[in-house]
Amino acid sequence: MLELRQITKRFPGVVANDGVTLQVAPGEVHALLGENGAGKTTLVSVLYGLHQPDAGEIWLEGQRVRIRSPRDALRLGIGMVPQHFLLIRRHTVVENVALGLPGEPFVRPTRRLEPRLLDLATRYGLGVDPRARVADLSPSEQQRVEILKVLLRGARILILDEPTSVLTPQEVRGLFEVLRRMRRDGHAVVFISHKLDEVTAIADRITVLRRGRVVATLPAEGVDRRALARMMVGRDVEMQPVRRRSTPGDVVLRVEGLRAVGPRGVDALRGVSLVVRAGEILGIAGVAGNGQRELVEVLTGLRRATAGRVLLAGRDVTNRPARLLHDLGVAHIPEDRLRDGIVATMSVAENLVLRRYRHRPFARGPLLDPRAVAAFARQVIAEYEIATPGPEVPARLLSGGNVQRLILGRELAGRPTLVVAAHPTAGLDVAATEQVHARLRQCRAQGAAVLLVSEDLDEILALADRIAVFFGGEVAGELPVDEADPERLGLLMMGHRA
Amino acid sequence: MKRLGPVVLEPVTAPSGGWVLVVSAGAVAAALATSAVLFWTFGLSPAGVYRAMFAGTLADPRAAPEIVRQTTPLLLCGVGLVVAFRAQFWNIGAEGQLLAGAVGATGVALFVPAGPWSVPLLFAAGFAAGAAWGLLPAWLRLGLEVNEVITTLMMNYIALFLVEWLIHGPWKGRGVFGFAYTDTFPEAAWLPVVPGTHIHWPTLAVGLLAAGGLAFLLARTRLGFEIRVLGQNPHAARYAGIDPVRTSLAAVVLSAGLAGLAGAGEVAGIHHKLLAPSQVSAGYGYAAIIVAWLARGHPLAAVLTALFLGWIFTSGDVMKVSLQLPFQVTLMFNGLILFFLIGSERLLAYRVRWAGPPGHGLPALAPAGGEGAAATGASGARRT
Repeated sequence: MLELRQITKRFPGVVANDGVTLQVAPGEVHALLGENGAGKTTLVSVLYGLHQPDAGEIWLEGQRVRIRSPRDALRLGIGMVPQHFLLIRRHTVVENVALGLPGEPFVRPTRRLEPRLLDLATRYGLGVDPRARVADLSPSEQQRVEILKVLLRGARILILDEPTSVLTPQEVRGLFEVLRRMRRDGHAVVFISHKLDEVTAIADRITVLRRGRVVATLPAEGVDRRALARMMVGRDVEMQPVRRRSTPGDVVLRVEGLRAVGPRGVDALRGVSLVVRAGEILGIAGVAGNGQRELVEVLTGLRRATAGRVLLAGRDVTNRPARLLHDLGVAHIPEDRLRDGIVATMSVAENLVLRRYRHRPFARGPLLDPRAVAAFARQVIAEYEIATPGPEVPARLLSGGNVQRLILGRELAGRPTLVVAAHPTAGLDVAATEQVHARLRQCRAQGAAVLLVSEDLDEILALADRIAVFFGGEVAGELPVDEADPERLGLLMMGHRA
Repeated sequence: MKRLGPVVLEPVTAPSGGWVLVVSAGAVAAALATSAVLFWTFGLSPAGVYRAMFAGTLADPRAAPEIVRQTTPLLLCGVGLVVAFRAQFWNIGAEGQLLAGAVGATGVALFVPAGPWSVPLLFAAGFAAGAAWGLLPAWLRLGLEVNEVITTLMMNYIALFLVEWLIHGPWKGRGVFGFAYTDTFPEAAWLPVVPGTHIHWPTLAVGLLAAGGLAFLLARTRLGFEIRVLGQNPHAARYAGIDPVRTSLAAVVLSAGLAGLAGAGEVAGIHHKLLAPSQVSAGYGYAAIIVAWLARGHPLAAVLTALFLGWIFTSGDVMKVSLQLPFQVTLMFNGLILFFLIGSERLLAYRVRWAGPPGHGLPALAPAGGEGAAATGASGARRT
């Protein structure tokens, strides 16, 4: 049905796709498996007309096609459900679907659409209220709207880019049911993921990409997951990390009845109470947008609490400024590391002292000591294995994993008492992820209290000693990791209280 | 990646120094070329105009002191703007701050008993008055998020009419009859000049010191570090606990204060009285925006770019005298230069590469060469 032949795509300094060949058959769910940076998104961007390949051909139903834009792709029956939804939040579902749909009347474009939408929704089990405002929908429902948009445009080939990253385990199962129905109808689905479990659960065939090349294409039936992991990473991976019992000490962080207002003026935290002890990792799980971000911001001095208290080693630090909190031993690994964590145009060395440039030995009175800064930078670069030509190189030249190593080095070098890590491995490759995990475990071993916010349940289950699940700005439930499994956590993430 | 005929534009994350120089020089050349067309429509031979300009400035030794005289206020305003722009405070009000500084210095010269303290005191008053003129927009921006481009621009007009009012009203000189200016300053409040020229060297010295001092400030001090972090990534500044209000205020006070010093230098060094705003400043505060833009964030580079603008101002004077062109040609020059500079800014985000005639071969297979040598190794486009 669809065939990509020897697709090559280069970006400045990197070959994102190197002679990639891929065949997709009707009625097939074809998984593209690979680490971040393996070239999965680039490949489907070529297929959807967002990028032009530098070499290679695309064949559809026995004919060579050129796809210059998403419009071309849709005309050929190729549709994409993006990782980050492109919906107009203030509009209703049916209005969003009508937007850009050819052939709808100019006046009241949605009037003929609603029955068709409902029809499709029932056929594939994509239940959603056509008149609901997108802003009121959960991420899972917004994803259904994106799928409906693509189906209504007559797509026979659907590309789903990391579709499960915003879903709870139960919602993932629902999505898979939708995909199975589409498969039954003869649709082809290209499913992008870096999670082995999902891929083996839904795919018919799996193509593994590494560093822009196809490692193998193989049937999902009876595939060895360990072998898949090795193909994806290029070496053996520890599948079940050893879990070590920790012996928590005194309470380092105590949060009592914390309330805060989110960016849209709504209550984002509605009375959160929790405790983190020295030498333990508290995992915060939950679907994005349930108050985790606001909790991190309040704890690190970037957002005001409207009620409640934050106690750090018994001292009330509610609403104290970020600089003071850092000086009191709060390390912050920020969620958006490129936006908040580094100054891209400044040097690696300057970024490494971003928190402590005011203190000796980096500053003497109002003057900075560049030699002390450079010496410290060289030490951290070596210790944290930051791949950089030197301390004077601008931080923007570092890869994602090395930016995170830089931030880790900066935040952990001062032996913090509390580490607040927000999505510390999002978007990182396996090597960097393992290093982040090792560092967080090391912090715990050294007696720091660690608060780990993550949407990756596997990560939380692997690292945390206790898990608190956020829903609607509250702690829906808290449980020790021994009693936690994806099923229970998933229920809590959807608001079923423990 | 965009394709324009045989040329391919590739995005880069940061332009190299050489490419910046090429693009900036290209913008200035384009401005001169466009001006040539305008001269031609004026009935003048463009070649003749540029020859006269060259002969009257670079080839004439008497012109050098004049260029330096015009460079002085441009330098003071320009280095200040470099710092303000580094903090992402878009101060368009150097002209008004310069005039405010002139008023402050005049106040000291006229109403404080003269003595050896007069010159330092009037400099201090000029700095303070200029800084105060910048503080109001800064306060509005930091406290109420009022756009500083609008407020600093509007403050220029307020300063202009303040000067007009003073020289027509309360400060109008007793001995000047029908003219609108103040009494002449006592000689103790005159700045010394380099003999035989109008170069009031104390102001020039302050300007050069400011350029060096601010370069040091940005590179080697805590405040400079904070200004750079705040300007280049306000989110990271917030994360690092850098106080945006205190840091921005420091940058604004420096910027506006130095513009005020320029005003003090003009009245105390050249005119020895306060007179019509258009005579105090030939638009130095506006031209300083170009000085700062061309200097691209480096205070020491502002010394060279101020000299360049000083040369343009002097050229305007030459054309006025030798070709009877209106002085406004200077403004036209400045306008066109700024226009092309800002217009060429997008070019810095790309590197240009020859890819052969369209339809032959695939673009990325063509060798990178020529200007394409700028900024390799940028891997910003890496995707999953």
